[in-house]
Amino acid sequence: MLDNSVIKRTRSKERIMTVLKYFLLILAVILIIVPIVIIVFGGLKTRGEFYAIPYVPPIPPRWQNIIEILTLKSFWIMMRNSLVVTLSTTFLVVVVSSMSAFVFSRMVFKGKAAIFQFFTLGLMFPATVAILPIFLIVRQIGLQNNLIGVILVLTTFQISMSTVILRNFFMDIPSELQDASCIDGCNTFGFFRRILLPLARPSLAAVAALAVVNTWNDLLVALVLLDREKLWTLQLGTMQFQGQYGQDLSLVSAFLILAAVPAVIFYVFAQRNIVSGLTAGSIK
Amino acid sequence: MIPAAALISIFLVYPIIRCGYLSTFDWNGMGPAEDFIGMGNFLDLFTDKVFLKAIGNSFMIVALSLSIQLPLAMVLALMVGRKIRGRGFYRTIFFLPYVLSETITAIMWRILYNPEAHRGFINAVFQAFGWETQAWLGNTNLVLFSIFMVLTWKYIGFHMLLYITGIQNIPRDVEEAALIDGVTKRQMVTHITLPLIMGTVRTSVYLSVLGSLQVFAIVWIMTKGGPVNASEILSTYMYRFSFVRFQLGYGAAIAIIMLIIALIFSITYRSFVSRTERVA
Repeated sequence: MLDNSVIKRTRSKERIMTVLKYFLLILAVILIIVPIVIIVFGGLKTRGEFYAIPYVPPIPPRWQNIIEILTLKSFWIMMRNSLVVTLSTTFLVVVVSSMSAFVFSRMVFKGKAAIFQFFTLGLMFPATVAILPIFLIVRQIGLQNNLIGVILVLTTFQISMSTVILRNFFMDIPSELQDASCIDGCNTFGFFRRILLPLARPSLAAVAALAVVNTWNDLLVALVLLDREKLWTLQLGTMQFQGQYGQDLSLVSAFLILAAVPAVIFYVFAQRNIVSGLTAGSIK
Repeated sequence: MIPAAALISIFLVYPIIRCGYLSTFDWNGMGPAEDFIGMGNFLDLFTDKVFLKAIGNSFMIVALSLSIQLPLAMVLALMVGRKIRGRGFYRTIFFLPYVLSETITAIMWRILYNPEAHRGFINAVFQAFGWETQAWLGNTNLVLFSIFMVLTWKYIGFHMLLYITGIQNIPRDVEEAALIDGVTKRQMVTHITLPLIMGTVRTSVYLSVLGSLQVFAIVWIMTKGGPVNASEILSTYMYRFSFVRFQLGYGAAIAIIMLIIALIFSITYRSFVSRTERVA
C-alpha cells in the first residue's frame, strides 16, 4: 500500500510536469508565430510608421502598400504564371504517376524490380543537385524561357515520390476486386479507370496536394530556366521584388503577405491531404 | 508509364551523365566544350579553399539538423503526442512554416535579422532583454547559425508531424499493456514509444540529410553565401559557378561531387535499413 504522502508527491510532480509541458508548447508556438505576425504588422504600416513604431499592431491598418502591389500588373502576371505551372504540373504528376503506379502494382513483367529502382532514382537526386545539367538539356531542346520547360522538369522530379506513394496504396486494394471486374467484362484499363481510381481518390488527393505545394514553392528551377520577366513565377518575382525594393521594408512585407496568401488558403483547405501525402511518402 | 520513363530519362538520367562528361572540360557554356582537362576540375576543387569551406558548411548544417532540430522535433511530438487538448491547433501552427515557400521565409527572416534594432525584430528583442545586439547575417561567425535557426523554424514542424504520425500508429493495446504492467511515463517513452517509432525516425533522418544537402533558396536569398563565403554551401557554390560566373565545367564538377555525396548516403542508408529489417 502506498501511503498518502507518496501519492501526493507524485501528483504534485505530475502537475509540475503538465505545467512545464504547456509552458514549453506555448513558448514554441510563440517562436513560430511571432515572426509571421511581425511581418504582417509591418506590411500594414506606412514606410514612416514601419521605422518609427515597428513592432506595435497596425492600428488603424494602412492598406496603401497592399493596394500598391495589387495594382501592379506584374504581380498578377506572376500569379497567373505560378497558377499555370502549378496546375499543369500537378495534373501531369497525378496522371503519369497513377498510371505507372498501376503498372507496378498490378502487372507482372520481366525486369519490373529493376525498372522500379529506376523510377525511384528521383528520390535520391533532388532537382537542386542536377540543376546545371537540367539547364543545359532544356536549353538544348529550346524550352528555355518557356513555362513548359519548368513544368516538365518539376513533373519529373515529383514522379518518383508520387509513384511510390500510389503504388503502396494500389497494392492494398484486394486483387479479388480485379478478378471480379474481369468476370464482369472489364478490361485492365477499364478496371484502372472505373474501379481503382475512384477507390484511390484519397491518395490521389494527397499526391496532388503535395504536388501543388512543392510546385508552387519552387524557386530554383524557375530561376535557372526563366529570365524573361513576363514568365516569372511568384517565387521568382518575390525574390526579384525584394532585390529591387529591399530598402522599403514595409512594401516588401506587404508583398510577402500577398505572396503567401494563396499558399495559406490552400493550406487551410487541404491541410489533411498535404499531411497524409507527406506521411504516406515517408512512413513506408 | 512510358511517358514517366521518358521524362525521367530526359530530365534526370541523361543530364546527370552529361554532367559527368562536362565536368572534365573547361567550358564557359558558349559553343561546344572542347577544352578537355580530364580530372583537372576535380583537382582544382580539392585545393579550392572556398569549396572545402562549402563542403564543411553543408556537413555542418546536416550535423546541426540531426543533433538539434530532430531531437527538438521529437520532444515537441512527444509532448503533443496522443492525448492533449487542442492537438490539431498545435499541429496546424507548427506545420504552417513548412507551407510558406523558402523564398518568403528567407526574405521574412532577412527583415527580422536586420542589424538595427528599430528595424530588425530579433535585435529589438535582444535589446529589450539588455543583451548585446548582433549582426546576425553580417558576422562571419554567426551567419551559419542564424541560417540554421531559420531552417529549424521552417522544417521542425515537418519532422514533428512525422513523429506524431509514428506515435499514433503505435497500437493502443501495447501502451495499455505496458500501463497495466506499471511502467512509468519515462519508461513508456524510452522502452515503448521510441523503439516502436524507430522506422519513422530513420526516415526523418534520411529526409533531413537529403533536405539539408539541397537547401538553396534560403541561403541564396539571405546571404548569397556571404559574408566572405562564411555561409557558402555546396548548392550556392555550384549555382555561383554555373550561373553567375559561367564556368560550367567547374560547376558540373561541383554538381558531380554533390551527386556522389547524395548517392553514397542513399546507398549506405538503404543497406543499413535492409540490414536492420532483416534482424528485426
